Amino acid sequence: MALNMQRLGRMLPSLPVSRAFSTAAGPAATQATSPTPPSPPPPPPPSDTAEVFVDGQPITVPKSFTVIQACDAAGVDIPRFCYHQRLSIAGNCRMCLVEVEKSPKPVASCAMPVMPGQKIKTDTPLVKKAREGVMEFLLINHPLDCPICDQGGECDLQDQAMIFGSDKSRFVETKRAVDDKNLGPLVKTVMNRCIHCTRCVRFSSEVAGTEDLGVTGRGRDSEIGTYVEKLMQSELSGNVIDLCPVGALTSKPYAFTARSWELKSTESVDVSDALGSNIKVDARGSEVMRITPRLNEEVNEEWLSDKARFQYDGLKRQRLNTPMVKGPNGLQPATWGAAFEAIRGAMAGAKGDEIKAIAGKLTDAETLVATKDLLNRLGSGNMKHEDDVAAEPVCADVRSTYLANTTVMGFEQADAILLVGTNPRHESPVFNSRLRKAFLDGAEIASIGPNIDLTYKYQHLGSEPAALSQLLASEHPFLEKLKSASAPAIVIGPGVLRREDRDAVMRAVHELVDKAGVVRPGWNGFNVIHDSASRVAALDLGFVPSASARSAPPPKVVYLLGADDWMDREVPEDAFVIYQGHHGDKGATRANVVLPGAAYTEKSGLYVNFEGRVQQTRAAVPVLGDAREDWKIVRALSEVLGARLPYDTHSAVRARLAEVAPHFALINNLQQPVWLNGEVLQKDVPFQSPVNNFYMTDSVSRASAVMAKCILAKQEAKN
Amino acid sequence: MRRAVQKLALVAESATACSSLHQQALAPLCTSATSALAQGASQSPLCQSNYRGRVFVPASTRGFAANSHDLFNQHKDTPDNNADNVFEWTEANLKRAQDIIDRYPPNYKASAVIPLLDLAQQQNYGFLSLPAMNSVAKMLEMTPIRVYEVATFYSMFNRSKVGKYHIQLCGTTPCRLQGAQHLQDTLEKTLGIHIGETTKDGMFTLSEMECMGACVNAPMLAVADYSGGVEGYSYNYYEDLTPADTVKIIEALRKGEKPKINSQYRNKAEPRGVIQDGKWTPSEGTLTLTTPPRGPIVTNPDL
Repeated sequence: MALNMQRLGRMLPSLPVSRAFSTAAGPAATQATSPTPPSPPPPPPPSDTAEVFVDGQPITVPKSFTVIQACDAAGVDIPRFCYHQRLSIAGNCRMCLVEVEKSPKPVASCAMPVMPGQKIKTDTPLVKKAREGVMEFLLINHPLDCPICDQGGECDLQDQAMIFGSDKSRFVETKRAVDDKNLGPLVKTVMNRCIHCTRCVRFSSEVAGTEDLGVTGRGRDSEIGTYVEKLMQSELSGNVIDLCPVGALTSKPYAFTARSWELKSTESVDVSDALGSNIKVDARGSEVMRITPRLNEEVNEEWLSDKARFQYDGLKRQRLNTPMVKGPNGLQPATWGAAFEAIRGAMAGAKGDEIKAIAGKLTDAETLVATKDLLNRLGSGNMKHEDDVAAEPVCADVRSTYLANTTVMGFEQADAILLVGTNPRHESPVFNSRLRKAFLDGAEIASIGPNIDLTYKYQHLGSEPAALSQLLASEHPFLEKLKSASAPAIVIGPGVLRREDRDAVMRAVHELVDKAGVVRPGWNGFNVIHDSASRVAALDLGFVPSASARSAPPPKVVYLLGADDWMDREVPEDAFVIYQGHHGDKGATRANVVLPGAAYTEKSGLYVNFEGRVQQTRAAVPVLGDAREDWKIVRALSEVLGARLPYDTHSAVRARLAEVAPHFALINNLQQPVWLNGEVLQKDVPFQSPVNNFYMTDSVSRASAVMAKCILAKQEAKN
Repeated sequence: MRRAVQKLALVAESATACSSLHQQALAPLCTSATSALAQGASQSPLCQSNYRGRVFVPASTRGFAANSHDLFNQHKDTPDNNADNVFEWTEANLKRAQDIIDRYPPNYKASAVIPLLDLAQQQNYGFLSLPAMNSVAKMLEMTPIRVYEVATFYSMFNRSKVGKYHIQLCGTTPCRLQGAQHLQDTLEKTLGIHIGETTKDGMFTLSEMECMGACVNAPMLAVADYSGGVEGYSYNYYEDLTPADTVKIIEALRKGEKPKINSQYRNKAEPRGVIQDGKWTPSEGTLTLTTPPRGPIVTNPDL
């Protein structure tokens, strides 16, 4: 079996060193490139670099590098188990031994800093023997159960044993046996297989910030576990599955369902929150078997939230697979033609703003623009996003007022961060890990909003907008902190945009931005984050009520684009409701006509994350039954309604998107924020996060049994 | 679970026979011995039994945690030890704990974890219950798992209930050579328990420890006295022991007396002697190092 290069590529994602400052040009170092490579850091001044020789090949690397990083930069593969570039160095697996000239013994390359002129040898007999010896020790207590192990086929231990190991063991004593741990409904443990690399322990304490896991006992009897049986508290717990180099921690929902070589991977984007984590959808036939993260340094690094990773079983439940029309006996399956006829009949009695469209959390940009065009052609400007719950719609005129202008990666530079009305841990757990990274780099964080455990220490300034006024009014220590910070940032949560006094809060925030100089040349620290994937695209495309629609009478026809969380006043009792979506949730129950659409794993659609990055999902599996891609449904309906939309192909819709909002071809379009005028602060209404149940936020996660188990497990853990 | 099964197998062993588990395991080695036994001959050295006929089980297959009486490196709820138990520092100990914490810089509070765990163990009758460890974690602003890691690592921290006197017999090579096995047999007979167990009256827990550094006076055992709380706590070595001395020490402890600590036969290097065949044997003259050392003699050229 050849070393699985794809997997190794995941293990060694984009290295911070690039060929840019390597003196020897060679073709080797390209195997570990990321899908969207970050811009290479400027070459450090010569005094900070050292020239080393890897197998005789000279390479110049920063002095802060370790030997293993220098070897990676030179394109030489070093086997490793415990070393991971995003975690602290443990140096306990000993697999990365290399020979360094003038060193009497082989050295652990992950823990050895480079020295100028160092001569590193990775293919000598000594190194070969050392690796073989280490591998033999690692396999002493490792069970030979690869045929029944879920990691089989994508296992670092298996691959490296094949390449670097011996063909037999000299160990004849009994292997140790370790109790399996119950870490909750997501992570399955087979602790006999553990080789104690401690990656999971380091992940939970360093990245996730919930110190659940540890090494108990010592020597032969050491175990990884929580000591007292408990749930892993993190919303990022699924990442330990990817980190585990063996089959000790595997996915519980995925257990025994597929083998890695049977799966077809499709690179896509997650829509469970507004961060737009990059994912790989692994499918077998027409079934999504699992979802794993894909490396993107600028968005999710290589992490993924538990909801994004495990909600896929919801894609197999409660699905709408055929058009339906409501008759005397409730919703009955119908043909597309019959459904469209029913819609035409209902539309005939409505004119102008009496037709209303509500976009759901998961609607792609193509569908949004097609629906907007269709409604406009029918003379209606009455459209909104379901998250827009305040009486006055969010202003979509200036893009920088509703984006995270600092960018997700930019937060790593921030040294003072103020959170306003947000719970990033639930609204976007992976983004929260980025905030934690900034915290660990010394950023001071304060929050006005819910007082909860965010996995890092922060100063709680208050739960109500009054705290914002106090911060503005006096010489508040944190205001001084923001003023003196070199890169201050303010994060406004999606809960703020839902408040009735949103404009007043925003005005106060803008005042603060001005006072503290949060927006300065070269730095924009003003950020709004959202909690649903379609939110930013809807604002970008102006999917907001027109001026006339704001005073329009109650609508007669309501077109729900997968919208399930609308308020009752939005959809009048006597309205004719069209529900176009993929799950039989609240919206479909109310509908007069149901049009089955495609879920995000079944279509290619554009989504804009909360920093304004346009990303696309790709179809990993075919659509279900009679369902169709959403924009095509709207296009077909326009024909029936006599308002034919002028695009027939996907690329034509994309062209239309770029016409409406050019950044659909441009990424990270930053603009300066402007002042907003508004109302009076509701000083005693506490800030609340709209995500009060992290595991169930949209129709997919609501249909997921695994997510339901997570909620149960959390409740049990609380009791 | 396998450990529990092994432990149960150990407990279930009768005084006269090997457990079936070990009989099976050792069957190939013992074939000649059993036939020899049938003829009334002595046993094969490969299947050495102690005087109660019990096969010695090597520590490597016995499956304990870091010390002899904690079976698991994970917490298992028992009536004595669960999250609902209460651990409250006494006022005096709280002051002691504060004194310990004050020895370290405030940002390195966690350095006090070992002395604090020791203090908590002394107050909590010899073992660290879950609430005791949690209270140390809270005091030092550590996450509980970091404290559990320390407590499970060190053999001197007990995580399950122990007797008032924790008898820790050295089981490392020098003591074994000088007859530690006989001490173990005597202790097990006198107390009626095996290694890792506690007497029914809750007086004694018997453990096996690795080398405690008193090899010169082998064989030895250490007794941790938890009967008097932190104030009365003592941790004493008893060295140069014969089986008879061991029984005397146990009887004295049982009566609440203070047996002679350290070597039972000398106060310093003199008189020369050694425990041989279960009794103190004075030695005359030089027994070792009687000839000039063989070369090569290496000296540090820098000196």
